[in-house]
Amino acid sequence: MNLPKIPLSDWIETLEEWLENNLSPLFDFIKLIIGGTVEGLNNALDWLPTLAVIIIFSALAWYIGKWKMGVFTAIGLLIIDNLQLWSQTMQTLSLVLTAAFISILIGIPIGILIARYNGLQRVITPVLDFMQTMPAFVYLLPAVTFFSLGVVPGVISSIIFAIPPTIRLTNLGIRQVPAELVEAADAFGSTPGQKLIKLQLPIALPTIMAGVNQTIMLSLSMVVIASMVGAQGVGATVYRAVTQVKTGIGFEAGLAIVILAIILDRLTQQVIKRSKA
Amino acid sequence: MAIIEARKLTKIFGNDPKKAIPLLDKGWSKDKILAETKLTVGVNQAEFSIEEGEIFVIMGLSGSGKSTLVRLLNRLIEPTAGQLLFSGQDVMKMNAEQLRDFRRKNIGMVFQKFALFPHRTVLRNAEYGLEVQGIVKKERKEMAMRSLELVGLKGWEDSYPEQLSGGMQQRVGLARGLANDPDILLMDEAFSALDPLIRKDMQDELLELQSQMKKTIIFITHDLDEALRIGDRIALMKDGRIVQIGTPEDILMQPANEYVERFVEDVDLSKVLTASHVMEKAETITLDKGPRVALQFMRERGVSSLYAVDKSMKLLGIVTADDAARAIKENLKLEDTLMREDIPIVSPDAVLNELFELMGNIRLPVAVTDDNGRLKGVVIKGAVLAALAGNTNVVTEGGDNHESA
Ligand SMILES: Nc1ncnc2c1ncn2[C@@H]1O[C@H](COP(=O)(O)OP(=O)(O)OP(=O)(O)O)[C@@H](O)[C@H]1O
Ligand SMILES: [Mg+2]
Repeated sequence: MNLPKIPLSDWIETLEEWLENNLSPLFDFIKLIIGGTVEGLNNALDWLPTLAVIIIFSALAWYIGKWKMGVFTAIGLLIIDNLQLWSQTMQTLSLVLTAAFISILIGIPIGILIARYNGLQRVITPVLDFMQTMPAFVYLLPAVTFFSLGVVPGVISSIIFAIPPTIRLTNLGIRQVPAELVEAADAFGSTPGQKLIKLQLPIALPTIMAGVNQTIMLSLSMVVIASMVGAQGVGATVYRAVTQVKTGIGFEAGLAIVILAIILDRLTQQVIKRSKA
Repeated sequence: MAIIEARKLTKIFGNDPKKAIPLLDKGWSKDKILAETKLTVGVNQAEFSIEEGEIFVIMGLSGSGKSTLVRLLNRLIEPTAGQLLFSGQDVMKMNAEQLRDFRRKNIGMVFQKFALFPHRTVLRNAEYGLEVQGIVKKERKEMAMRSLELVGLKGWEDSYPEQLSGGMQQRVGLARGLANDPDILLMDEAFSALDPLIRKDMQDELLELQSQMKKTIIFITHDLDEALRIGDRIALMKDGRIVQIGTPEDILMQPANEYVERFVEDVDLSKVLTASHVMEKAETITLDKGPRVALQFMRERGVSSLYAVDKSMKLLGIVTADDAARAIKENLKLEDTLMREDIPIVSPDAVLNELFELMGNIRLPVAVTDDNGRLKGVVIKGAVLAALAGNTNVVTEGGDNHESA
């Protein structure tokens, strides 16, 4: 077929340019916030002695989970330290926690809104599908254009990639609240806000937390990709090992990510279990 | 003034429901409307008014529109057409805020599947209606506790609903409905999920509560026995339409059409009909008369005994023909031969079952007296048998005396 090619890439680039020219104060502001959060978190983790951080996390794991969780966390973090990947891992943790935190902050309200308005759900669902199926690399380019190199475009692309489960499962959790309970809340004259806070969110909490768990895992899976635009951390170590074909170092850094993943996963799973009880 | 008044209250489900209204006016049936327009008639032009303090039962087969009708009353389902007044106020004109206020203060609800909040304790469930009104913690706790006590759940306030049996869960539902002291309580098959014995207990308790609190209760059931037990009046629904409204007696004795008749034909009359339904006028005499007069009376009326009463109809005893004859022979007064002991007596509310047991052992008719010992009538064996056999003529005659609230 000899139809002229749709100039989709031109359009996208025009849009990108327009956004860059017109919204750059907004992007600067976002950059300031996100960059500041990651850096602040990282500084705090850096400033504390390694052992103190290990003890704090292990105690937290013990408190939330069982003693086994505490022991696993302690051993895992000690291994990371022993592999001399401590400061990189803390950088990665800062990035992941920031991305997850912002995803939750934005994702839960969006989930609440689309649970409430069917029309909005019909619009947002395909957008979420799109966000999750588009290769995550693609987000890096505009993110770099708007936020320049560094950790911020990494966080932004992690958020885009990782936010859908929180939105979806918040929506699902709220919609799954039994109709008779919603009816009862209505029958007693609840306002929509009271219904949300006193009934829907508490009942939906385990489902929402399952979404949060997935969001954290997905943002962790983005750390290597994020390192390609200059985000520091174990992701960058893996990336460098790959480009320099250093299998051993790559494996060590990968192990650090796995340990971090297991700790974060088990911790959030425990929170889900508790919210069900 | 009636507390609830519904005029042509109608609910049609589906797209563009208003277009079915003229069809209802033309008298189209629910089936025909569904076939031609794909619209479902939920409630078809219901007309009724409910008095304060009444237990109004809505009864009908599954799908007849009971749940829809009761939800129109607090607008959990928006009416498609018609008018609804609460103490003269137009409920359908209320805005969202006024409607919330109406639901919070005036109209409570108890649900078939309890619909308790699983993440809240019993106490916090009972508090819910007060909490959304913004009543402060201490006060709402007191009110909820009082309500829980009323339904016999004191000591369970810190349990969670899943830890309770079905009967207890529904008590929580009832306590939650009563806690904010609404004028009206809607109960949609509130006892249907309970097993029969517990169900009967709950019915008794509801009646007991009702006698204390004088709420207006709108109670849905598809069980006729339940309706007859607790209803002051019963509305029977079919295909969204109310086919008959009346006292339990009306429904049983004068079914408006075949549908109602079929509905009531399986009723165990011996548990439903009472002495007041089957009693006849008692032949009486006052003691200032002599034995000759008594004998004369008996001859005239074709009976073998008379009930002796005072001027206020208080039952004093029985004069039999034999005793009257003996009094004449021995020159005694009526009073001296009067049989005062062992007179079978029942109250007007005694059901035929009890009467039947009583009558098995004795030959005398049974006197029916009210709480003050006043003679109301007499029940003879034949009438009881006739009533149980479904001979309603016998029954309706006596039924006139029965007071219905
Ligand atoms: N949300 C709805 N959408 C469409 N049709 C409905 C809806 N709710 C009820 N209906 C229909 O309205 C009619 C009345 O239903 P309703 O639930 O009021 O009956 P019911 O008498 O309470 O029955 P049951 O004894 O089974 O509870 C039925 O034909 C039902 O299918
Ligand atoms: Mg129903």
